[in-house]
Amino acid sequence: MSLNKSDVEKIAHLARLQIEEADIPLYANNLSNILQLVEQMSAVDTTGVEIMAHPLDAGQRLRADVVTEIDQRALFQSIAPQVEAGLYLVPKVIE
Amino acid sequence: MHNKTIVELSADLRAKKYSSEELTRAFLARVEKFNPQLNALVTLTAEHALAAARSADARIANGTAEPLTGIPIVQKDIFCTLGVKTTCGSKMLDNFIAPYDATTVIKLKEAGTVMLGKANMDEFAMGSSNETSYYGAVRNPWDLSAVPGGSSGGSAAVVAARLAPAATGTDTGGSIRQPAALCGITGIKPTYGRVSRYGMIAFASSLDQAGPMARSAEDCAMLLGTMAGFDTLDSTSVDMPVPDYRATLNNSLQGLKIGLPKEYFGDGLDAQVGKVIDGAIKQYRALGAEIVEITLPNTMLSVPTYYVVAPAECSSNLSRFDGVRFGYRCKDPKDLADLYKRSRGEGFGAEVKRRIMIGTYALSAGYYDAYYAKAQQLRRLISEDFKQAFKHVDVIMGPTSPTVAFNLGEKLADPVTMYLSDIYTIAVNLAGLPGMSIPAGFVGQRPVGLQIIGNYFDEARLLNAAHKYQQVTDWHQRVPEGFK
Repeated sequence: MSLNKSDVEKIAHLARLQIEEADIPLYANNLSNILQLVEQMSAVDTTGVEIMAHPLDAGQRLRADVVTEIDQRALFQSIAPQVEAGLYLVPKVIE
Repeated sequence: MHNKTIVELSADLRAKKYSSEELTRAFLARVEKFNPQLNALVTLTAEHALAAARSADARIANGTAEPLTGIPIVQKDIFCTLGVKTTCGSKMLDNFIAPYDATTVIKLKEAGTVMLGKANMDEFAMGSSNETSYYGAVRNPWDLSAVPGGSSGGSAAVVAARLAPAATGTDTGGSIRQPAALCGITGIKPTYGRVSRYGMIAFASSLDQAGPMARSAEDCAMLLGTMAGFDTLDSTSVDMPVPDYRATLNNSLQGLKIGLPKEYFGDGLDAQVGKVIDGAIKQYRALGAEIVEITLPNTMLSVPTYYVVAPAECSSNLSRFDGVRFGYRCKDPKDLADLYKRSRGEGFGAEVKRRIMIGTYALSAGYYDAYYAKAQQLRRLISEDFKQAFKHVDVIMGPTSPTVAFNLGEKLADPVTMYLSDIYTIAVNLAGLPGMSIPAGFVGQRPVGLQIIGNYFDEARLLNAAHKYQQVTDWHQRVPEGFK
């Protein structure tokens, strides 16, 4: 699998990553090499092999549906780039 | 006193040969003297350390001390530390002061350890050489032109250069074992779920596991006993009692069945590293162990499988870094998309961006089955290999890394070559098994690590096998020239 410039641009957009124009050829080359390594997987027939999502095949542990968190909004917002009146500020989304 | 193990330091503190404050000052002085050439620590917490040392001294005086009370340690900068900068080796978190402590940090704090600072690491733990850190490469104390390994390269260099008796590490594909091998120290990656991941910045959640890095298996046993245990704050934490790892260190190795996977001794292995490993196996034979050749036929598939699973999970985990709630935000974003893209584009380094993109691609519409589902199936086959092997043997041994430490810059331009240097460690993470690396000799002046892999929750047996070897060898006591 070889990726071209527009593939890289599309993936970078999906990942919400700004990639400098000048760096795209290098990323295309590196990512293609990595995908080539990954292609080795296709040599193995895995028909009927169950997927392994958890190393110990454990399920999700559940807890009782009760409130356990305390309000730490002020603490957490103290490290935010921009807040106002308890809200995180971002550029205008809706005109 | 910097050449003493934790066990020795702990006895000296109790015997009042010196105080924790004196010990802490001695290590802080070494950090100040040697860190500029190693770049192993990114944050120093001298004042915190001295305060912690004084309260450790009070505990020793009033009889409430535990074995680790008063022992200086360094935390890998992936662990959140309340009120102390936690960068994960990234510009993205260069301004991040964690609002809470990781569970491992709390446990080590409560045991009375004294944190000297935070260790440098590959950015978001993605790397095998510690060269992807935003704060620059770490140098290997055995040879300053060599890498220390990664991603816990700062932690390994700290212990090897005797800047602290121990450090914490994390291991997603070999990040404790490979730097331990390359720096000539002892490190253990426990079974997945043994140590809480809460407050440990996530890279690949189904693979990440924390563990101790120290000078000896006995010291690792002490540390792991404190770090391990059930934690309701980590949904994958395993609710099983923690054994006393020190109690079984001296068990006889008579009749211990050691499996040598033929795939770990093939073409890719450096001949001189192979010779050192053969020597270590001979030593185990002399200790009464029985050597059995085994096969792990899917070993070669572990690197490709890993480079789907880990990037896929990383692309999801790292989506939280968006420039909105914490961490780096770009200047003057023109709209929300620009805020996300530039904050992430400017905040992450090249290797992190590569992995996020590979993961994004593998999870994108139309590719999921060919990549992620396929990799999860291969993961099953890789883990079945180990299951079969452990029907016949008690532990598996082989080299930790196919070569000794490579030179700084040697593999940086070629990600795939760098990835292949983790060929012997990655399968252990995919299977979720415990593994450790212990010093077994040298090629030239660069150390070689012996890897010991165990069955699930068999950490005590790994530590026992490592300890018995360290009782009859002195590789783990060697100190790099210039740091004596």
